[in-house]
Amino acid sequence: MQEFLQQVVSGIASGGIFASLALALVLIYNAMGLVNFAQGEMAMFATFVAYALIENGMSYWIALPLALVLAFAGGVLIQRVVIRPVERAPVLTLVIVTLGLATLINGLAGFVFGYIPRSFPSPFSVQTVSVLGALISFRDLGVIAVSALVLVLIYLLLQRTTLGLAMRAAAHNPDASRLLGVRVSWMLALGWGLASAVGALSGIMVAPILLLEPNMMQTIIIYAFAAAVLGGIESPLGAVVGGLIVGITVNLAGAYLVGGDLQLAVAFLIIVAVLVIKPNGLFGRPSVRRV
Amino acid sequence: MPLLEVRELTVRFGGVVALDRVSFDVNSGEVVALIGPNGAGKTTLFNVIARVYRPGAGAVMLDGEPVLKLAPHQVVRRGLARTFQNLALFRSMTCLENVLVGDHINIRSSFLGASAPVPNALKAEAEARNRAVEVLDFVGLAPHAHHPVAALPFGVQKRVELARALVSKPRLVLLDEPAGGISHEEVGDMARLVQRIHSDLGVTVLLVEHNMGFVMGISDRVVVLDFGRKIAEGTPAEVRKNPAVIEAYLGAA
Repeated sequence: MQEFLQQVVSGIASGGIFASLALALVLIYNAMGLVNFAQGEMAMFATFVAYALIENGMSYWIALPLALVLAFAGGVLIQRVVIRPVERAPVLTLVIVTLGLATLINGLAGFVFGYIPRSFPSPFSVQTVSVLGALISFRDLGVIAVSALVLVLIYLLLQRTTLGLAMRAAAHNPDASRLLGVRVSWMLALGWGLASAVGALSGIMVAPILLLEPNMMQTIIIYAFAAAVLGGIESPLGAVVGGLIVGITVNLAGAYLVGGDLQLAVAFLIIVAVLVIKPNGLFGRPSVRRV
Repeated sequence: MPLLEVRELTVRFGGVVALDRVSFDVNSGEVVALIGPNGAGKTTLFNVIARVYRPGAGAVMLDGEPVLKLAPHQVVRRGLARTFQNLALFRSMTCLENVLVGDHINIRSSFLGASAPVPNALKAEAEARNRAVEVLDFVGLAPHAHHPVAALPFGVQKRVELARALVSKPRLVLLDEPAGGISHEEVGDMARLVQRIHSDLGVTVLLVEHNMGFVMGISDRVVVLDFGRKIAEGTPAEVRKNPAVIEAYLGAA
């Protein structure tokens, strides 16, 4: 029972990481009608930036927000320079552009930082504390706390401020928003910046566990896809709930059913099961097309 | 100087001339109706003024300033708001949120402004909410403020759209078929509402409408289009007697 509880808590910690990256996917899906296949690589690159800042003597708690701000700026820049020229192009073009972006950022990271896995510092110790008899690491608790804080902030921004409202309006109905005076193109760029920043957070949280190298996010992005699809690809809340469910499920499956090697298969199983049984996910609206 | 000047406006879609050298003025404080048979070019004209279509030739001036050079969001900043024939509400949002989007230009929500001085930003947010509630109250929808807009009847949704257009405190509001698709009683309510927009809020109104009772009851002046040409202009009484108008509607005798 205690071990089970431990597995659940560490599943919630992984879930927080998946949820952040899934939320990034959802934010961009809402802005351009397509998931950003470069999201994981953008997060990895931002993590390298945080690593470089810390290596140069900056304290972790300054480097973290600074890296998120830089990731935000990078996301806005990518939208303005790479995505905007093709925003009216067919979906397939956008798929290729984001895949190309993923390859480019991956190669760039390898070129600048090299392919040797590096250990990334964590501000939380791996010591454990006993909760209801289960031994839970401070690192898991720290990851949960930081993810929860950022997810709540994003929620407040999107749901409780007029800026968030304008961002949602621009994503849902760009033409009407434009005629109401919303600067749609900038709102979409802000969406990219925000997505880039939450994605970066997932990279910085996961790096101490996985070791930092250019391909670090390539399994995490699969879990994030599973989380986003499970939650209903358009729903920010769904991404968070989906992230937690995927985190806990994968952790429990790894511990009791399939072992560590097949955990990723569980994520694929979730994606396929959702698409077959409930294509709109837990929080998605059924898509209705007016004819 | 008129608030809105439309000068020699011409729009072609392929070989079809949707608007053919149309000119008219809307003076500050007037309610002007644009009527004409289906396909006369009324909605096209609206879409040119709101910067959806680019005309082949001609000019549109808002308070003396050429509108056609401005981006859509800049036109809104100059005091022009509109509603749509087939509603363009944000269906996943509540009535209040829909209205708040309309107020977007009045909320200083640059990204820095929204995050830096928190007390100021909170105050601006609260003020925006108050304005939105006031406008919803004006159109009689305060009780529906927190209801999702998609669940409301069509006639109510039309009033939400009207509130969304009014919240930016426009000088000129363009209403595309305000009485279209709603019940007979609702048409009467909508007519009173448009008159109050004009009398209580002092907003100038240019509207497109098929319901002649509605148009004749509330308009100061009527502009008649047929096949993209202006065929008549005048008070409702003058237009009603105009032979060219009668012919356009009933066909040649």
